[in-house]
Amino acid sequence: MSTLELYSLKTELLHAIAEANDLDKLEEVRIAALGRKGRIPELMQALGSLPPEERKAYGQVVNSLKASVGEALEARRAELSRAATVERLAQERADVTLPVRVGPLGEGRIHPVSQVTDEITEIFADMGFSIAEGPDIETDFNNFTALNIPPEHPARQDHDTFYFPEAPDGSRAVLRTHTSPVQIRTMLKQKPPLRIIAPGRVYRCDSDQTHTPMFHQVEGLAIDEETHLGHLKWVLEEFCKAFFEVPQVKMRFRASHFPFTEPSMEVDIGYAKVGDEIRIGEGDQWLEILGCGMVHPNVLRNVGLDPERYQGFAFGLGIDRIAMLKYGMPDLRAFFAGDLRWLKHYGFPPLAIPTLAAGLS
Amino acid sequence: MKFTLSWLKEHLDTKAGVEKIAETLTRIGLEVEELFDPKTALAPFRVAEVVKCEKHPNADKLSVCEVDTGSERLQVVCGAPNARTGMKGVFAPVGSYVPGIDLMLTKAKIRGVESNGMLLSERELELSDEHAGIIELDPKAKVGSPAATALGLDDAVIEVAITPNRPDCLGVRGIARDLAAAGLGKLKKDTIKPVKGSFPNPIPIELDFDKRTAEACPVFAGRLVRGVKNGPSPEWLQRRLKAIGLRPINALVDITNYISYDRGRPLHVYDADKLTGVIRARSGKKGESFVALDGKTYEVDGDMCVIADDRAVLGLGGVIGGEETGATFATTNVFIESAYFDPKRTARTGRRLGVVSDARFRFERGVDPDFVVPGLELATEMVLDLCGGTPSKVIIAGRPPKANKPFKFDPGLVERLSGLELEHRQIKQLLNALGISLDGKGRSLKASPPSWRPDISGPADLVEEIVRLTGVDKVPAAPMTRVAGVAKPLLTEPQRRQRLTRRVLAARGLVEAVTWSFIPPEEAKLFGGGQSELTLSNPISTELAQMRPSLLPGLITAAQRNRDRGFADGALFELGQAYRGALPEDQFTSVAGVRFGRSALIGSGRYWSGEAPAADVFAAKADAVAALAALGIDQASLSVTREAPSWFHPGRSGALKLGPKTLLGAFGEFHPDLLGKIRIDPPLAGFELYLDNVPPSKRKGAGKALEALDLQPVRRDFAFLLGDDIEAGEVLRAALGADRALISEVRVFDVFTGQGVPQGKKSLAIEVTLQPREKTLTDAEIEAVAGKIVAAVQKATGGELRG
Repeated sequence: MSTLELYSLKTELLHAIAEANDLDKLEEVRIAALGRKGRIPELMQALGSLPPEERKAYGQVVNSLKASVGEALEARRAELSRAATVERLAQERADVTLPVRVGPLGEGRIHPVSQVTDEITEIFADMGFSIAEGPDIETDFNNFTALNIPPEHPARQDHDTFYFPEAPDGSRAVLRTHTSPVQIRTMLKQKPPLRIIAPGRVYRCDSDQTHTPMFHQVEGLAIDEETHLGHLKWVLEEFCKAFFEVPQVKMRFRASHFPFTEPSMEVDIGYAKVGDEIRIGEGDQWLEILGCGMVHPNVLRNVGLDPERYQGFAFGLGIDRIAMLKYGMPDLRAFFAGDLRWLKHYGFPPLAIPTLAAGLS
Repeated sequence: MKFTLSWLKEHLDTKAGVEKIAETLTRIGLEVEELFDPKTALAPFRVAEVVKCEKHPNADKLSVCEVDTGSERLQVVCGAPNARTGMKGVFAPVGSYVPGIDLMLTKAKIRGVESNGMLLSERELELSDEHAGIIELDPKAKVGSPAATALGLDDAVIEVAITPNRPDCLGVRGIARDLAAAGLGKLKKDTIKPVKGSFPNPIPIELDFDKRTAEACPVFAGRLVRGVKNGPSPEWLQRRLKAIGLRPINALVDITNYISYDRGRPLHVYDADKLTGVIRARSGKKGESFVALDGKTYEVDGDMCVIADDRAVLGLGGVIGGEETGATFATTNVFIESAYFDPKRTARTGRRLGVVSDARFRFERGVDPDFVVPGLELATEMVLDLCGGTPSKVIIAGRPPKANKPFKFDPGLVERLSGLELEHRQIKQLLNALGISLDGKGRSLKASPPSWRPDISGPADLVEEIVRLTGVDKVPAAPMTRVAGVAKPLLTEPQRRQRLTRRVLAARGLVEAVTWSFIPPEEAKLFGGGQSELTLSNPISTELAQMRPSLLPGLITAAQRNRDRGFADGALFELGQAYRGALPEDQFTSVAGVRFGRSALIGSGRYWSGEAPAADVFAAKADAVAALAALGIDQASLSVTREAPSWFHPGRSGALKLGPKTLLGAFGEFHPDLLGKIRIDPPLAGFELYLDNVPPSKRKGAGKALEALDLQPVRRDFAFLLGDDIEAGEVLRAALGADRALISEVRVFDVFTGQGVPQGKKSLAIEVTLQPREKTLTDAEIEAVAGKIVAAVQKATGGELRG
């Protein structure tokens, strides 16, 4: 083949490569040019029929042709495959503004009463208190008599007690009006030193915006041979600071009376109301949050402890009430209505587990 | 308990202002519930004189007044018909708040005339409903002086909440004594003197009890005053009674009410001319009744203490007197009764009859037994002062009960119990101020409580008094000892599990609710409850009357309420207690959940990426099984039976058991009858787990090591044609049992009925995982296991391998 012919073949092949507009076409061109029966191998076969002195020069020319065509093919292939990717990517397009389901972790909630109970537990556990429990349906003895509230005591009237029908033996069970009967159950079961808290449901025959016939209290009890009123103050102050997560809390201790403690106190906490928000630790308004005192000697005697030797304190705190205060819920009745709107708004995410290390809220 | 500042000052010599007094009362345990100080409340309002009053140029019923406020002359438009030149009235300046019309006054133009303030009516000041005209003050009232003084309203009214242990503070003198002891002044000397009787009391009195009931009324004293002239009380007395909310009746009755509040000593006055024969304190008799001062007729019984004459019951001792024999304006001879009635019996009687009276309130808390006669003397003196007359000698039946016995007191107890370090001298001073006498020296003292303090009977009571008067704020806070080292976990296993269960269910998208422990009785019955021992005797409403046997009814009705509010899809759960009976051991801890509308693990309701399926038995089962898994019980170890309680749909529910005996709970859709009865719409499914039945899980310590084999597992699929009553559980059990060493997992991947499957049959497909342990399985070995699986399933279920 003449040089001119070779040149024209090269032009033809390069043209065909350039003209191939997809990878399939390009493959056809490749086979036609470089395939087993392609044009360039054909030229190589012709090498044998050439005179020996021409062979070398001819070989070089054909090889150079082969290399040029090969390079052109490769370049075109890369170009075409880039274009194919670009085209594919242009088609593979999602509307990323479509919202997605948040999944169960985003839907589920823990009720504020459970969450706040966990917070309280965390704080008191740090101070060495364990959790005690007792039944909602209590004996008159545990709810009243053992707590130094004998039958006919006027304090019973303040309790708005729910009663059950008289049993055949003449006894009459009550729905516990406070968590204090757990004190009795605990002291009858365990010997001092004791430090417990007892959260739970309590019941009073009363209903308005701040009173519901069922609510939650946490009872605290510490009995040993040395715990006194100063320790009680310390525990309550530390608790309030930790619970409300403020560096200082203003507290007011007022003398009061509960038949099962002596001396008895009610405790107010200072707050300021800024708009709808309640700020603990500021301002000069007072809100009663708990009742407490030193366990009455009669109560100790009623559970077989010698008041000459043992002493200690008890307190009772409204869980719903401090939850309302900390998290700004206005209406107690809504706690028990099972309204999903309320539960989702005031409830807590499932993994928001309160710990002292990470902070309670 | 209400009283006024001037009343208090009759017993207490003090320079303290009313604010300081109120603050102290609250601090020492006499909590001030309301303080109305007219001087403060009416401070913006002053006496003003109308110096000129002319008709308004543009309005017939208005006048334009020039008012002298003492500091300036202002033009005020007034609508009152009695506004006139020269009168003195109560002026409210611009910027003051007028309570009766709830208005902050501003400078205003009324029908084109400027007005700078307002002349007030009684209603505008909230003194009364009077609104016919503006207040006309005494012409002698000083212009510019406080309106409160000119109105005679300068006495602050204080209302305190008295705790049940302090009957002595149900009299003003007792409150004064406490304030004096707290350092707020000096208790004035008591001025009660015996009044000499000029003739023997002609009305015989008797205590007519047997031994059993004698404590009902241990002492009864009285005296006749002849020739009294009863009428309205004097102004000062009426004003005092009105200030504390009592209605003046007549002088004789007002005197008893006054002494009741002044000394905490209830008395009764009889019109002596209406009495017949002997006056007896005795137990009531069945069938007796009387008309009381409140106009109601009360039936008495043998447990009540009555006062009766020869003819009839006159009244209930310590609770309420009779209408018939009470003192009226016409009374000329009055018999004054002063007695002591037993607190417990008084409380019982009052409660049984539903009578709330000042007398009952005091007697049931315990009045001063030693004040029976002094109270009578004080009453006599007041009767003579206000109504005249001639008193008889005092007659007394019985003896007052003894006050609390003296007891030993170690002043060191104050520090031991309270942490307060006080000198013995201070302790003694405080207690003496309360009327508690201390004898002896050093640490062994003898304390004698006064007759008016029934609450003081032991050393701890004295510590309370000291702490109260010193102020709890003076007690230094003392840190409690803490354990050395890192604190141990303090939750019990059940407590830990409850917490975990809550978080697991919330993490599955359920929202925790807290519902009432009491539910409507008919709902309780539908869930296996409703026993009469669990019905409240005094429920707050019939809707909240029966202790719940299950948490499901509360959740189901809450779900329906959400639907009624327009929220069709959701999931709720609750963890709490339910009741099988009234005994403590009948209470159990349960956790229940419901899904309603379109609700499953992926979420609820419709969504572009996939609609949530309608709540069904499997969604409920998944929740229950997940909760149990978190408590350490995996699905494979559970047995699922058809023993779910009757409130579930019999075909679409199951019970979860551990072995044949331990029932862990149930799940499913609900029985259509139940949904109809409590008017709930499907779709709805739920579960309930009895947490107390769940065995404790092992702590995850260093347990069995992981066995991660290098040999690849082999998976083979099998599809069986089964009778449609054959349950998947049977197939799984059979397949797993075919070669326990080799088969590591069997999973159901398809359940199908319909085209290609004969009527009455279903196709169930399983994927079996074979885990070789020592060497790769040969085809022959795999075929052999496959054969065993097919044979086992066939044997257990009659199912055939689908071709």
